[in-house]
Amino acid sequence: MITENPVDITSVLMDESAELSVSVTQIVQRLKGTHLHSQLEKQAKECLHKPEIKLETLKDDVRRLLKASGWERKLQNAVYRELHILPPSGHPRAPPEHTKEPLEYMCKAQVNWEKRILKSLNSMCTELGIPLARKRPVPEQKELTNKWNEMGTDEPGNADTNNLTCSRLHLDVLVGLRNPNNERSEDLTVRSHWGLIQVSLNVRDIPQMREMYPELGLTYGQLGIDDHTHVPPDLFESEHIHIGKKVVSEQDSAAAQQYSRQGCPTGLRAQLWSLILNTTNDPEDITHYEQLKARVINHDLLVDNLIYKDVKLTASNDDYYFVFEDYLYQVLLCFSRDTAVLEHFSYNSATPPKSCIQNSSGSEQCAMVYPPNGVIPFHGFSMYVAPLCFLYNEPSTLYRVFREMYIRYLFRLHSVSSHPSGIVSLCLQFERLLQTHLPQLFYHLREIGAQPLRIAFKWIVRAFSGYLSTDQLLLLWDRILGCDSLEIVAVLAAAVFAFRAENLMEVTSLASAEAVLADLSTLKVMPLLQIFLFATSV
Amino acid sequence: MSKNKQTAGHKGAYSSQRKKEGEGRSCIRYRCGLTNTIQDVLNQRPGWVEVKDDGEWDFNWCDVGWLRENFDHSYMEEHVRISHFRNHYELTRKNLMVKNLKRYRKTLEREAGRLEAARCDFFPCTFVLPSEYHIFVEEFKRSPGSTWIMKPVARSQGKGIFLFRKLKDIIDWRKDGSRSEEQKDEAQVESYVAQRYIENPYLIAGRKFDLRVYVLVTSYIPLKAWLYRDGFARFSNTRFSLSSIDDQYVHLTNVAVQKTAPDYDPEKGCKWQMQQLRQYLTAKHGFETVQTLFKEIDNIFIRSLISVQKTIINDKHCFELYGYDILLDQDLKPWLIEVNASPSLTASSQEDYELKYRLLEDTLHIVDMEGRLTGKEKRVGGFDLMWNDGPVYTDVGLEALGSSCLVENTLLDLEKCSIASLAHQWILCSEWVPSE
Repeated sequence: MITENPVDITSVLMDESAELSVSVTQIVQRLKGTHLHSQLEKQAKECLHKPEIKLETLKDDVRRLLKASGWERKLQNAVYRELHILPPSGHPRAPPEHTKEPLEYMCKAQVNWEKRILKSLNSMCTELGIPLARKRPVPEQKELTNKWNEMGTDEPGNADTNNLTCSRLHLDVLVGLRNPNNERSEDLTVRSHWGLIQVSLNVRDIPQMREMYPELGLTYGQLGIDDHTHVPPDLFESEHIHIGKKVVSEQDSAAAQQYSRQGCPTGLRAQLWSLILNTTNDPEDITHYEQLKARVINHDLLVDNLIYKDVKLTASNDDYYFVFEDYLYQVLLCFSRDTAVLEHFSYNSATPPKSCIQNSSGSEQCAMVYPPNGVIPFHGFSMYVAPLCFLYNEPSTLYRVFREMYIRYLFRLHSVSSHPSGIVSLCLQFERLLQTHLPQLFYHLREIGAQPLRIAFKWIVRAFSGYLSTDQLLLLWDRILGCDSLEIVAVLAAAVFAFRAENLMEVTSLASAEAVLADLSTLKVMPLLQIFLFATSV
Repeated sequence: MSKNKQTAGHKGAYSSQRKKEGEGRSCIRYRCGLTNTIQDVLNQRPGWVEVKDDGEWDFNWCDVGWLRENFDHSYMEEHVRISHFRNHYELTRKNLMVKNLKRYRKTLEREAGRLEAARCDFFPCTFVLPSEYHIFVEEFKRSPGSTWIMKPVARSQGKGIFLFRKLKDIIDWRKDGSRSEEQKDEAQVESYVAQRYIENPYLIAGRKFDLRVYVLVTSYIPLKAWLYRDGFARFSNTRFSLSSIDDQYVHLTNVAVQKTAPDYDPEKGCKWQMQQLRQYLTAKHGFETVQTLFKEIDNIFIRSLISVQKTIINDKHCFELYGYDILLDQDLKPWLIEVNASPSLTASSQEDYELKYRLLEDTLHIVDMEGRLTGKEKRVGGFDLMWNDGPVYTDVGLEALGSSCLVENTLLDLEKCSIASLAHQWILCSEWVPSE
C-alpha cells in the first residue's frame, strides 16, 4: 500500500471503494428477495402512520423509528451474515469458477475426487438394485410419519455400505496433490517439508495468529481456563457472563462473534451461536423445515442409506451422542433434500453431482442435482450435527443452526481447495507448526513410519467432534465461530502432539503412536491452545 | 488406555503421606464376600491381605446376607471396619424408608412449620401394602386416571415391578393363581409398596433416565456423610410413552433390566456421566436453574439420612456406601426413588469399571484403615464431605475477596478430573515449553 506516487494511492483507494460498492450491490441484491426485506418494508409502512413522522424529514424519521424498534439491528445482522458468505471478489474478468477455486490443480483434484465418490455411489446403486430416488407408497409414508420421532429404532434397510467414504481415502487424495509449477525434489533437507502435504499454500504461523487472534492470549480471560472451580468467579467469569447476557439482549451478531472468542457460557451458548449464525426461528423457518420433512416422507433417496449407516456406525456408538440418534436422522434426512444448500456451491470448490433421473414411465430424462442439496454424506458426517444436539432440541432450530454452520465452515473440511480454512491448508498448517516448533518429535515420528498427519487427520476432518469430551468440544467450536476460521483446529492438533510429546518420543511404531493419542477425552482444550499459541518461543 | 494416569497420580500422592503414630497398620487383613470390582480394589491395595473363611479380619466388605447371619455373633475390635450398618434396611427397604420419612416429616411440621416440612416432599405418594391398603384406595380414588407403580419391598434390579391404572389390576394380581406359592406368601407380609408413578419424567431426546449418585456414610451419630462427584444418568433404551405401561423396558431404567430388552446393544452403554447431564441441562435451562436443582438433590440425601438417624443403630465399626436413585420430572424437580445399600459394583464397560474402581478406592481412603487422614479433610479423592453434624462449607479463598457468601462443599460432577491430574497436566506443559 505504501507508495510514493499519489496517483497510485488514489487508484488503490478507488479500487477499494469500487470493490466495496460491488459488494454492497451484491448484498443488497441478495437481501432484496428475503423475508427480512418484506418485513422491513411492512414496518416502514407502519411507521408512516405514526404521529412523529413529518413529511419534510421522512427518511430520517423512519430510519430513527426502525432503529429504536430493533429492526436496524436485524438488518445489520443480516448484512453481517451476508458478508460471511460473500464469495471473495476476484478480477472482474475472471470466470465464476475462479471464485470457487483459483488454483487449477486444486480444481482438477477436486473434480477427480468427486468422480470417485460418484462412481462409488453409482456402483452402490447398481449392486444393490436400489434407485437413486423413489416415491414412497402411501402406507410406507404413513408409517414413517408415525415413526418420525423414533427412527432410531428401525433397522437400516440395506446392510452393506463399503461405499461409505472414509477418511483414509480422503487423506490419500490430499497427499497426492502436487503443484505442477513447483520443482519436485525427493531429497529430505532441513528446508523441505517433512509432512505428507506437498503443496505450498499460504498458511499462518504463530506470530501471525497471535496478531489475528489476540483475544486467545494469556492476558485475556477465557472460558475453559478462568472459569475453573478454583478461580474465584469475580475475577472473570461473572463479568463475562454479565456481558454475554447484554450481548444477547442487544441481539448483535457482530458483538456475539467477538464475544465468543473468549468462550460462551453454557447457559447462553445456544442463543449466542444462533446470533452469530443469524439463524431465526420465525414461522417461515418452521414452515421450511416442515416442507423438508414432507419431502422426506414422500421420497426415499439412496443417500438415506448412507446416512443411516453413518449414524449407526458413529453417533450411536458414541458414549454421549447415542441419545440423540433420532435428532440426527431428523436433521440429516431433511438436509439432503434442502435445495437452499446449493447456494454455497458458488464459493465451494466442489460442484454438486448431477444425475439423470428417469421418471417412472422411463420416457423422460433430465439432469438433476443429486442429492437435492448436492452433498453426499460420508463416514463421520453425522458427527457434525451431534454436538449441536446438546444445545438445541427444537428440530427446526437445530436444523437451521446446523445448515448455517455447514455452509459457513464445515463444508471446507471435505472439499479440496486452497482456502485458508480448507482441509488442505489445515493439514499443511498442522504439519508446518509441528515441524517448526517440535522438529525433534516430527523427525522421530517420521522415522518410525508414523507421519503425524496420519493420526491427526481424523481429528481435523471432524473438527474434533467425537474425540474431545463434549464440553471441551463446545469450547473449541466457540472459538471457531468467534475467530471465523477453522485454523484453530489445526493449532489444537499440533498442541495435542506437543502435550504428549514426551510419550511420543518413546514410541517405536505407528500403532504405539496411535495408542498414545487414542484417548483425548481428558484434555482441556484452552490451556493447550493458549500455551501453544502464546507461550511458545518464536 | 491412557486414562490410567489419573489413578496412578492418586497412588503417588497418597504413598508419600506419613502415617500417624500408633495408628498405622503394616498389614490389613480383609474379607470380601463379592467377586467384582471390589475384589480388584482390595487385592491391589498395598499392604492389604485377604483372609479366607475363619481367619481373623480387620476389614470386611460383606454382602447383606452375611451381615444378617453373622453380625450379631461377631466381636469386633476397635479398629475393625465392616461395610454395612446392622439395620441399614431402615433406609433401603422401601416400606421402612417411607415410614421413616413420613415420621420425620410430621416431626418437622410440628417443630418447624409447614414450609420446612415441605422440603421433605421429594418422595412420591407411597403406601405400604397390605397394611395401608385402605388409605391407598382412598388416595387412588381421589386421583382417577393416574398411574401407580407396584414395587416389591426387598427386591432389586427391577424384579417384580409393574404399573397399573385400575384397582382391578391389583385385585387380579393378588388373586393371580399363576404366581408361585412363595410369591403369594410374600404378599401376605408387608412386602409391597404402591407408589404414585411420575408420569411426566424429564426426557432427553424422548428417553427417560434416572440418576445414580453415591453417598458414603461413616457415622450416623453424629451424621457424617460424603458425596461422590461422579454420579451418572442411566437411560431407558426405548422412547418414553405412557401408552404402553406394560412395556417395562420403557419405564425402568435399571441397567439390569435394560440388558434383557430386545434391542439392547451391549456395545452401546446407556449411561451419561453427571457432567454431560449437567452440561445439557445448563444449556437448556441456564446456570441458576441447574444450580438450584443440584442443591435440591443434596437436600434429598441429607434429609433422608437425618430421617433414619435415630433409628439406625450407630456403630463406629460400620460404614456404608449407598446408591441413591433420583428421578427428575419435567419441572426439574428431583424425586427420590430409592436408596440401595448394595449398589451394583459390577462394571458394564471399561469406563464403568474405572469409575467404580475409583469410587471404591476413594471409599477405602475415607475409611482410612491405614490411619493417614487428619480428620479435618473436606475432600478426599472424588468425595466431598457433605454433612458433618451440620452443613459443610467450602473455604476457597472467598474471605480474601471479602465475599460473605458461603458455598456448599459439594461439587456433584463439576470437576471431571481431580486436582492431582490437572496439576499433572500443567507440569507436563511447563516441561515442554522452553523458557523465554
